[in-house]
Amino acid sequence: MSAETPLIAGDPTPQAAPLSGARIGVVTFPGTLDDRDAARAVRLGGGTAVPLWHADESLHGVDAVVLPGGFSYGDYLRAGAIARFAPVMSTIITEAEARTASPLPVLGICNGFQVLTEAHLLPGSMIKNDHLKFICRDQVLRVENTGTAWTSQFTQDELITVPMKNQDGQYVADDATLKKLEDQGRVVFRYVGESPNGSRNDIAGVTNERGNVVGLMPHPEHAVEAGYGSDDATGLREGTDGLTIFTSVVSSLTGGNA
Amino acid sequence: MPTILVEVMPKPEILDPQGKAIANALPHRGFTGFSGVRQGKRFELSVEGEVTEELLESARAAAAEMLSNPVIEDVVSVTVAEDQ
Repeated sequence: MSAETPLIAGDPTPQAAPLSGARIGVVTFPGTLDDRDAARAVRLGGGTAVPLWHADESLHGVDAVVLPGGFSYGDYLRAGAIARFAPVMSTIITEAEARTASPLPVLGICNGFQVLTEAHLLPGSMIKNDHLKFICRDQVLRVENTGTAWTSQFTQDELITVPMKNQDGQYVADDATLKKLEDQGRVVFRYVGESPNGSRNDIAGVTNERGNVVGLMPHPEHAVEAGYGSDDATGLREGTDGLTIFTSVVSSLTGGNA
Repeated sequence: MPTILVEVMPKPEILDPQGKAIANALPHRGFTGFSGVRQGKRFELSVEGEVTEELLESARAAAAEMLSNPVIEDVVSVTVAEDQ
């Protein structure tokens, strides 16, 4: 190992203003893959990443939670269906739905989004991509809701590019649910260009009514550091559009205004 | 030992990409005459002893709350299969 392997080096230097203690939990289920990347994204966004274990009911006092991507329980039964019943999820569900002024912000990425729909924190569900293939590519998204805890630092309708990699990414919901999501502006991310998976209304990510729970299929945590991000206009792997998700929640938690 | 069978299918209005791929592949093996395929799931819940009405009710609840996702799937049947 040379000194030129920053991906596995120690804590990265935060690019956001030093924070004031925003502690963000990252849950690991059996089969989770992207927990380390998510934790790194939290640190780069200016937060402190706190590992949370699926079998532990306690959230250890974190201010927000990320459910990262992967294949929890091997996608057995349905993607996210078994993880949804993990002890840590009961606490997350209670705190995310708490009728308080500031319910727990929760972000589900890819398999984490699937867990959130199975847990009924977000509407709809994901089925296999319409073309039945696993896809892995950079994807352009339009940010259509900047009112959530996780998107406050984007500008309305901003186009971002982040990696996407999944097989069960086709978002489906009944017509009444889709209409409600559209009418209430709860589509947070929408695919731009040719649909990657046949999702209804090209939906890539949605939020709950209060805007504290957000789920999306693409992977913002893989585009947070130049040299290791998505390909974009600035160059190969230079894209860091995903970082704004993490700086947004840190800002929301520390009282910053977007 | 009896078994409780739970059958789950994708909702009719939900496209079933797997079924569609199977339908497209069937003619390649000479299986013509099938205009469509839908793929579902069958769960076999083994029971020690007798299947009581209470146990059957519990299986129905498990089918509705866990074995299926009502957004995309229907529980088609919950039945008891006796030993051969």
